[in-house]
Amino acid sequence: MAASLVLVLLIAVTVRAVLFRSSLAEIIAERVEVVSPLNGWKRVVEGLALLDLGVSPYSGDVFHETPLVIYLFHFVIDYSEIVFMIADAITAVALYLAVQDYNKIVFRKQKYTLEAGRYPLDVVELLRTPKEMMYIPIKVAVFYLLNPFTVLSCVAKSTCGLNNAITALFILCTIKGSALLSAIFLALATYQSLYPFTLFAPALLYQLQRQFIPISIHSPRFWIFTSQYGSMYLGSLVVITCLSFFLLSSWDFVTSVYGFILSVPDLTPNIGLFWYFFAEMFEHFRPFFICVFQINVVFYTIPLSVKLKEHPIFLMFMQIAVISIFKSYPTVGDISLYMAFLPLWHHLYRFLRNIFLVSIVLIACSVLFPVLWHLWIYAGSANSNFYYAITLAFNVGQILLVSDYFYAYLRREHHLIHGLYLKKKDGTEETLILK
Amino acid sequence: MAGAVFGMLLLFVFINFGSLPIKSEVSHLDGEQTFSTSKVSTEEVHQNQVPDTSYHHHRETFQDEERADPAELWTSPESRSQQYETPLVESQVEEGGQSEAPATRNGLAESGQPPKVNDRFQEELVIRPLLSGDVYSSFQFRTSWDTDLLNKQKKVSHFRLFPKSLGQVISKFSIRELHISFTQGFWRTQQWGPPFLPAPPGVELWVWFEHTVQDVDTSWKELTSVLSGIFCASLNFIDSTNTIQPSASFKPLGVANVTDQRFLRYAVLPREVVCTENLTPWKKLLPCESKAGLAVLLKSEKLFHSSFHSQAVHIQPICQDLQCKKTSWELRQTLSIVFDLHATGQSKREWSLFKMFSRTLTEPCPLASTSKVYVDITETPKGDDMIEVAPAVTLQMHAVVLGDRRKYMVYDLMTPEPYGSLRSLNILLKWKLQDSEEMLPPILHAERYVGGYGLQTGEIHTLIYNNHPFRAFPILLMESVPWYLRLYIHTLSVISKGRENKPSYIHYRPSKDRQYPHLLEMLVQLPPNSITKVTVQFERALLKWTEYPPDPNHGFYVSSSVLSAQVPSAVALDANHTTEGPLFTNLFPIMEESSYFMRVYTEPLLVNLPTPDFSMPYNVICLTCTVVAVGYGSLYNLLTRTFQVEEPSAGLAKRIANVIRRLRGVPPL
Repeated sequence: MAASLVLVLLIAVTVRAVLFRSSLAEIIAERVEVVSPLNGWKRVVEGLALLDLGVSPYSGDVFHETPLVIYLFHFVIDYSEIVFMIADAITAVALYLAVQDYNKIVFRKQKYTLEAGRYPLDVVELLRTPKEMMYIPIKVAVFYLLNPFTVLSCVAKSTCGLNNAITALFILCTIKGSALLSAIFLALATYQSLYPFTLFAPALLYQLQRQFIPISIHSPRFWIFTSQYGSMYLGSLVVITCLSFFLLSSWDFVTSVYGFILSVPDLTPNIGLFWYFFAEMFEHFRPFFICVFQINVVFYTIPLSVKLKEHPIFLMFMQIAVISIFKSYPTVGDISLYMAFLPLWHHLYRFLRNIFLVSIVLIACSVLFPVLWHLWIYAGSANSNFYYAITLAFNVGQILLVSDYFYAYLRREHHLIHGLYLKKKDGTEETLILK
Repeated sequence: MAGAVFGMLLLFVFINFGSLPIKSEVSHLDGEQTFSTSKVSTEEVHQNQVPDTSYHHHRETFQDEERADPAELWTSPESRSQQYETPLVESQVEEGGQSEAPATRNGLAESGQPPKVNDRFQEELVIRPLLSGDVYSSFQFRTSWDTDLLNKQKKVSHFRLFPKSLGQVISKFSIRELHISFTQGFWRTQQWGPPFLPAPPGVELWVWFEHTVQDVDTSWKELTSVLSGIFCASLNFIDSTNTIQPSASFKPLGVANVTDQRFLRYAVLPREVVCTENLTPWKKLLPCESKAGLAVLLKSEKLFHSSFHSQAVHIQPICQDLQCKKTSWELRQTLSIVFDLHATGQSKREWSLFKMFSRTLTEPCPLASTSKVYVDITETPKGDDMIEVAPAVTLQMHAVVLGDRRKYMVYDLMTPEPYGSLRSLNILLKWKLQDSEEMLPPILHAERYVGGYGLQTGEIHTLIYNNHPFRAFPILLMESVPWYLRLYIHTLSVISKGRENKPSYIHYRPSKDRQYPHLLEMLVQLPPNSITKVTVQFERALLKWTEYPPDPNHGFYVSSSVLSAQVPSAVALDANHTTEGPLFTNLFPIMEESSYFMRVYTEPLLVNLPTPDFSMPYNVICLTCTVVAVGYGSLYNLLTRTFQVEEPSAGLAKRIANVIRRLRGVPPL
């Protein structure tokens, strides 16, 4: 398997290297779907240029990266292409290792349950086989590395690739059971783009499960571990933030990065729902709707954690997907991260209801984005509504995809308990409905 | 007879009763309860009428004025009140508060000035024929006043020549210097050469505040509101998003020790249209207004039928004497117009004062100490006489203006000579050259345009020409770009003669969305005989729908960039001239006039931004919320419900049948 992983990495690097050298790189770097005001490479270069001029990069409204990123690129600005390729490779390898480990755990758990005889007899075909699970890690790596979204994001040098690498490392550390590293990477991910703090819940649930700590408010061990993990997370967050403060000796970055994420002042079109909504919003209602939309991103954490407390990795997938759909400045790079998880839920395929429709919608929208952008911005024969309509369709597609996977997951769990082929008394097949 | 007596009685009663209400009112006021005779009451009436008559008098003077000049109907109330206050103050001082009809300014001037005059007024007009056949006229009115307007203890309330409205503004806001210009049209340096007073299209305002001002931004905001009232202009559109603090380009022009840029504010409104309503309050600031002197020529119906119109007010402190221990205030009101050969001149290369302004000059302003008209009679570069001037006067003057030797014919309006037998001066200019001659290119000029296509990104190109054959000189380039065009400073490139020309000084302040604009100032050395190209890329922002102007697809204006430079003068170039003068004066090439300060404004830019659809905020709110609701709904559905086996419900027919069966008392199906 390692050999094929190396092969995939080589192919991915070759594709990126070729694109970097081609004239397409410049066009891709300008695409609003690929870069947002938050993570565009042009803005990183601008921030460095401002630093060279002796102006604080946060005094203007062009640069919104965190101080650590500007510090990183201060040294590696000449090797930026390699940095972004390495970041993608790290993400892929981390996801590969994480999924490998996770699969082992899933299989072991299935084995124990099977040996304990707790599965109904007719769910054999739902059970997972080592043969099928063997290829999942490499599929995940392929899905991430060769996903056109990831390739575009990398070629555009969107710092979204770095955030994805940090999140992937966080997932790896969580699955490997290293609480400290997991907390540190989660803090880094939060520091980078704020929203990943909702991943605290799945990470905590996973580690509690791994250490066989019961999830109950009455258990002292639950509280001890939660406070341990929480303080590690908060501690590293404070350390990183203070480090940033000492790098530039000002707190300007807090408003310029997090204030910018939360208050959405930049209405540059992107694939998300915020830009047109707030461009057309009545001034009077703006604060209200900004609160509603931002709460909407993080709101699902609690009910999802309650519902999926036995399945923290699926919860993590759901959280990453929800963030990348509803965040204020989404790009295709965010989507590619949760799409990399799809092979992991390969076994849910038989329960997906409208995967065909959703894939067609997503592919069609991805093609239509540049077309309608051209019609609006360059040809002048369309207006902003055209592009906006595509973002709506694209987001509906994503929502349907995620909720379909959620449905399929719940349905499979139901069948694993109650049996696959439920028969009525008269011998006809029962139909399952949500009630 | 009896009828007549009865009639008289009636009349008497009527008069008595008619006067009663007045009398009772008066007695009520005085606190007297006694009835008085009708005689007393008429006296009271007379007394009551005294203010009334004076009111009528005011009315009459108003009407007189309005008859005199219809354009003055557009006067701001402020300048009206000022106009009548000044003579009143005078009369109070002189005659001990008697309320007489207000004396006119002319009357005052004739009746003898106060013994010590500490204010002076000068007026002049320069007419310069341009090689293109157009004609450039520049008016200057200078009022200087030896007083301290900023003294907080001793408030100045006695205004003679200096306009009270501006004087009060200076003392209220502690202004060190104020420069405001209103310009319609663009000065074409390449065709017309450098102007006496450069100004960018639209309104430009820059102010140096005293260093005692605590909150400069608040003062600036209030000042712009006050000035917009005084000049009837939309200066209230000046806010933090178009105000900058240039670090080097704008230094105080008058006497000043303070050059701390924190006390400087600069703003340009490139979109402001200048018209009659701005001219009238400007004219009201003149001591003679437009009644006498050169200002009679300023008739708006002609002034705005021109290809360039620029009026300005400059207030600055100047030295009183050589020692400069005391400063006095100087107010310069300037107005420049370029009349177009074809539009105004009917394509004939013949101009006269009457043709340009539809007025002639008959007298100087009686309050002026000097009143002169200069006509530029410099020969063409080839040495031919360019124009013929009539009536010709003997007084001529040579001067080096903007680095160029010029010859002027001077009409002194204080002497009777120019008026001639007709008692009116109508200067005629007749071109001797019939076809327009190419002028020497100006040593420094610049142009600017937006490059790129589409509504996503763009590039601002500035081309700066140094046409001097062998001298390199540095220029300060200042760009102020609104925040919605996001500049990328790392894309800045300065290229001269195909080579990178790194600016030796860059001051850059990036913009903050909806707060302040970009400010870019840089010092660039221009190689001799070269074109320097300054390029910077920008990104166009999508704004909120309420932030667009009513005509969003017209585009957004970017104010002119400003080039400030010490330009080597053309005089030093002139090899012939050195042979004429005494040899000892020109051994060393550096003369005092070897370079001069010049400011060049480039074209303002008009940039289109992407626009949202303004007609459908409701639709967008509904549709986006629907999508969010789809997400919320599907997750909510899966979160709150569980899988259950479907229990097929009975069909409708069966249920109805069961109801009937129950009624019948039969067991259901």
